[in-house]
Amino acid sequence: MKAAVVVFPGSNCDRDLAVAFEQAGCEVSMVWHKDSALPEGVDIVGVPGGFSYGDYLRCGAIAAQSPICKAVVEHTNRGGYAIGVCNGFQILTETGVLPGALLRNAGLKYICRTVDLQVATSNSVFTEGYKAGDVIGVPIAHHDGNYFADAETVAMLEDQDRVAFRYVDNPNGSIADIAGILSENRRVLGMMPHPERAADEGHGGTDGAAVFRALAGLVTAA
Amino acid sequence: MKARVHVMLKNGVLDPQGEAVRHALGALGFDKVGGVRQGKVIDLDLADDATEADVAEMCEKLLANTVIESYSIEMQ
Repeated sequence: MKAAVVVFPGSNCDRDLAVAFEQAGCEVSMVWHKDSALPEGVDIVGVPGGFSYGDYLRCGAIAAQSPICKAVVEHTNRGGYAIGVCNGFQILTETGVLPGALLRNAGLKYICRTVDLQVATSNSVFTEGYKAGDVIGVPIAHHDGNYFADAETVAMLEDQDRVAFRYVDNPNGSIADIAGILSENRRVLGMMPHPERAADEGHGGTDGAAVFRALAGLVTAA
Repeated sequence: MKARVHVMLKNGVLDPQGEAVRHALGALGFDKVGGVRQGKVIDLDLADDATEADVAEMCEKLLANTVIESYSIEMQ
């Protein structure tokens, strides 16, 4: 399994994400935002957390227009796997790869703590290591993590079983307690919490490791 | 040619910053404020042959996220 992690100016979870991929058995390369192509044979792209381009205009808006993001969108259009965490989730919504948008937290404060998430579906490569209903502890660290989509889109996500994770105690006002969602083909996951920060004993918890664990078994380059 | 773009959260999308401003105004004794919505103003310096349609395309592609925001354009 070959993974590529995109690095934007302002990314700060890129190396954590790379380590999580490595620990899951992936061969990882880092890709700079000005690159216009992904390395040959990449199976999964990681879009990391951070503050790409200083969050100017809107979180993820400028990153979504970068050369590498065009390649990432093409990769997902071909059926390639991708995971966007935190700012990466914001970027994937800005590119239109995932529906909805992330608004300012309802309480207006930046929140940095471990929260309980309920696994909403085990039907994806990212969540098959859990059982639906499992509660896991995963850190959040965001100011704009309030997931919003119109009622029709939320109903579609629910009908298609595309909500991956929900907050047990909603910290940021996200509609329907949504913490992470899947693409229609279930190969792209976007989530605000950071599973790569709960993937090693040294992190104080390994509840997020299973998000990456199944990836090593995949061999379907897009 | 100049253009001014106003970007606002759509009606129905909660604006927590606007709400915080409304609360603060209330705390200062301004009791005639029913609601506050906060947005962005973006001024563009444009080539003379730029049209409103050009600016609308900029809004659709970058300046506004039409999932959550609406925009209006003033050509000046």
